[in-house]
Amino acid sequence: METSDIVRMANQIAAFFKSYGPEEGTKEIAAHINNFWEPRMRQHFFSYLAQGGKSLDPMILASVPLIRKAADHNAHQGALPKHGEES
Amino acid sequence: MLIKETDFGTPKSESKAMVTLEIDGHSITVPEGTSIMRAAMELGTKIPKLCATDSLNSFGSCRLCLVEIEGRKGTPASCTTPVAPGIKVKTQSDRLGNLRRGVMELYISDHPLDCLTCAANGDCELQDMAGAVGLRDVRYGYEGDNHISAKRAGGEENFRFKAKDDSNPYFTFDPAKCIVCSRCVRACEEVQGTFALTIDGRGFASHVSAGMDEGFMASECESCGACVQACPTATLTEKSVIAKGQPEHSVVTTCAYCGVGCSFKAEMKGDEVIRMVPYKDGGANEGHSCVKGRFAWGYATHKDRITKPMIRTRITDPWKEVSWDEAITYAAEGFKAIQKKYGRTSIGGITSSRCTNEEVYVVQKMIRAAFGNNNTDTCARVCHSPTGYGLSKTFGTSAGTQDFKSVAKSDVIMVIGANPTDGHPVFASRMKKRLRAGAKLIVVDPRRTDSVRSPHIEASYHLPLRPGTNVAVINAMAHVILTEGLEKKDFIAERCDPVEFKRWMDFIREERNSPEALETETGVNPEDVRAAARLFATGGNGAIYYGLGVTEHSQGSTMVMGIANLAMLTGNIGREGVGVNPLRGQNNVQGSCDMGSFPHELPGYRHVSDNAVRDMFNKVWNVEVDSEPGLRIPNMFSAAVEGTFKGMYVQGEDIAQSDPNTHHVEAALSNLDMLVVQDLFLNETAAFAHVFLPGTSFLEKDGTFTNAERRINRVRQVKAPMQGKHEWQVVCDLAKAMGYDMSYNNAAEIMDEIALLTPTFAGVSFKKLEEMGSLQWPCNDKAPNGTPMMHMNGFVRGLGRFMITEYVPTPERANRDFPLILTTGRILSQYNVGAQTRRTENSQWHAEDVLEIHPHDAELRGIKDGSMVSLTSRIGGTGLRAVISERMPQGVVYTTFHHPVSGANVVTTENSDWATNCPEYKVTAVQVRPSNQPSEWQKDWEVREDENKRIAAE
Repeated sequence: METSDIVRMANQIAAFFKSYGPEEGTKEIAAHINNFWEPRMRQHFFSYLAQGGKSLDPMILASVPLIRKAADHNAHQGALPKHGEES
Repeated sequence: MLIKETDFGTPKSESKAMVTLEIDGHSITVPEGTSIMRAAMELGTKIPKLCATDSLNSFGSCRLCLVEIEGRKGTPASCTTPVAPGIKVKTQSDRLGNLRRGVMELYISDHPLDCLTCAANGDCELQDMAGAVGLRDVRYGYEGDNHISAKRAGGEENFRFKAKDDSNPYFTFDPAKCIVCSRCVRACEEVQGTFALTIDGRGFASHVSAGMDEGFMASECESCGACVQACPTATLTEKSVIAKGQPEHSVVTTCAYCGVGCSFKAEMKGDEVIRMVPYKDGGANEGHSCVKGRFAWGYATHKDRITKPMIRTRITDPWKEVSWDEAITYAAEGFKAIQKKYGRTSIGGITSSRCTNEEVYVVQKMIRAAFGNNNTDTCARVCHSPTGYGLSKTFGTSAGTQDFKSVAKSDVIMVIGANPTDGHPVFASRMKKRLRAGAKLIVVDPRRTDSVRSPHIEASYHLPLRPGTNVAVINAMAHVILTEGLEKKDFIAERCDPVEFKRWMDFIREERNSPEALETETGVNPEDVRAAARLFATGGNGAIYYGLGVTEHSQGSTMVMGIANLAMLTGNIGREGVGVNPLRGQNNVQGSCDMGSFPHELPGYRHVSDNAVRDMFNKVWNVEVDSEPGLRIPNMFSAAVEGTFKGMYVQGEDIAQSDPNTHHVEAALSNLDMLVVQDLFLNETAAFAHVFLPGTSFLEKDGTFTNAERRINRVRQVKAPMQGKHEWQVVCDLAKAMGYDMSYNNAAEIMDEIALLTPTFAGVSFKKLEEMGSLQWPCNDKAPNGTPMMHMNGFVRGLGRFMITEYVPTPERANRDFPLILTTGRILSQYNVGAQTRRTENSQWHAEDVLEIHPHDAELRGIKDGSMVSLTSRIGGTGLRAVISERMPQGVVYTTFHHPVSGANVVTTENSDWATNCPEYKVTAVQVRPSNQPSEWQKDWEVREDENKRIAAE
């Protein structure tokens, strides 16, 4: 995943929700990323953030604490266990 | 059996007032305004007729339908005489019999008597009427003046004779057999609205003329087939009927082209299709069709069709034909090995909007249950995904609000970023009919499309905005309505969220959203924006129809919300004649979205993170559905390029041709270890595939399609699958080979599972569809017969939500290196990537994609009409032929993507809608230069076309 794509996409989301003010806007941004970004996209986002995330919109930075991490999402090998087998 | 709809002779009257009369001693009550002919037919009495048919207004020219009315003089024509209270009508008497025979005798005196060898034999109304009136003799002889023979009795040339016109690839026009009843002319006017036909000359010299008497192909004729269907004789006949004879049975099914979803009768002989005839009882089209659905079905048996499964190790190897078992095992082993090495989320798939709901449902189920992730997406990603997002945010549901019929009640129609006469022709005919009856039209489109001005149609306002400035224009319109106090206050107070409305109102009233302030961005005259806004707010029922010119932008979702805002602001929601109507691209785009093809949503638009919903699926599917959203198509490509996504299953989509930034797509596909393509043909994507699973055409499918009206129509199997298996069976086999047990006995069982798991489909079953013909979802306990119109008394989400739609310019701007803006679209005769239509005679209308350019831009670059040019963006370049066109505004060029070699998507970029990643196809900064050679990409394509599509000899 190109970092430039991740940055562009994140900043585009911020540009839309900016109108909703800092409080509601950051919640909406985080919800949007949580709802639509596959975990590895969010991982890329977090690693870019770890390098400083300097091209990210301040609204994005403000919504970071609400964005879900999913570091071990791909850990399962093969299909998931059958329903009920996992407790 | 051949299905024959009853022809009542004249259209149905919509009047509520009822009239009772007597016909041949029987009493009947019908709506006021009904013709005597129609009233009689309702009693089962078929008054002889030739020029009347119920798809057309009555005309009264053939004089065959005469009747007697007690107390009235003469013998009025029953088609043009309306019923009146208490009248007593006689449809048969000696006098009437004699008159009718006299009329028929005259007709037949100028008609060839070759019935036995005539293509219409068995399906000729003239023949039927001769029988019905008891014609036994033609006393006038055939030596006199006539249109039948090339030579007169004396041997000299007959100047009245005109040879058969077979210029149209699908039907012939034989003037010698014409009775000049005007049905074809009226069908072209009233039904299709093209006005290509007329009656030229007077008296005995009158004849049907296409264009300026120049033959059908040279005329304005769009080959919709309405005239052929209306013709009561052999004058206009399908070439397939001429070649093969009359069909013997028919099956009602649904067209496989655009989102209008027309119903057709497939008229057959054995398992061979003779013709497709639009079905009068089809809800979407009510008996009308276009050149694609009516005629372009020959691809289904084209020689390029692949009917055997094939595999190969490397994409440069020739394909090897294998058994189904071998192909499925090879694919499954490949996918499993990838997951073992790269993890559970390293594979995924794409569902097709050209496949049935049932086929799509099993693919997403396979991905979620057998692959164990949510990496499923569908081509709606690249067309109408912003519609889903935008409408669910504002209204609470992801679909259009009306049925197509609703347009007949509209007073102001606004068409935004859509070209219905090309993309959705059958809807366009309905719309044009309403416009001819006086409704007003506003067109928002950079190009001067046919909707802006064509015979008897003219937009009151055309707002030729710069590509990419939709949101600015819609905001400006809302600004005008609010600041001038034209909003529907009652509707807003009753139906919409007041807090959200207040917030939005404060935003939109700001001066920076005025048409004057935004003119520098939009390029649209502010006075026109103001006038259009006033018209929409005050002109009566206002309906918005929009297409991909709205969605395929970096602000696609914002624009959809802007449209929804405008509809709420003007109270144009929840009744006939109004609404927000996305014109869906492919036949089952609505359905493939409904069926849970998106990576974040299970069937019925429910987010995968919703535990209660997931639990329901977990129980029925007996798996644990992943709670994290999967990859969207562009994300799959990115992940493939970086190497974390290695396996892909693609059902009936040609992503290598249709998706933007071809270089990137090709790099992604080349990086996959296992690409499985299920399709009819070795398409562009298949050039990169390892397994090819042959698919079925719509004629072989059994299932349902859902059109843009949310109408679930049956797709009935007309013939057996040519490759021996239904597509859903193949998918089930693949799921099983992956270790997940999935099986159904038939498509109806799949629909039952969909109904069980999806509240909006709860009442849908094949049985119910058989009873009702079609159903518009939601269909459940609350609406057992479906929902033609949404948000009648309240929005699905409760109160309508005005969303703030700040205009954010796209980063894709014209600059010194790339001074023009490219926008893409489609044309009438071809469909999407052209895989189907290019394999039919439709290519006679559009043999190649061309670049349309304004005369000024062309002159500046030394480009002549018809010369080859190179088209380059910062992403890539291609070459195609230029056509100089004043439909284009200066600074904007246009092309279609129907032919792979054109490589239109080699130049389109990675930019996408902020909310959904729907690509920004409609705005690419480009340069155009004269050129005499193909681009590098086109040279590579030529090589690949040969190399990667080879099939090994047995």
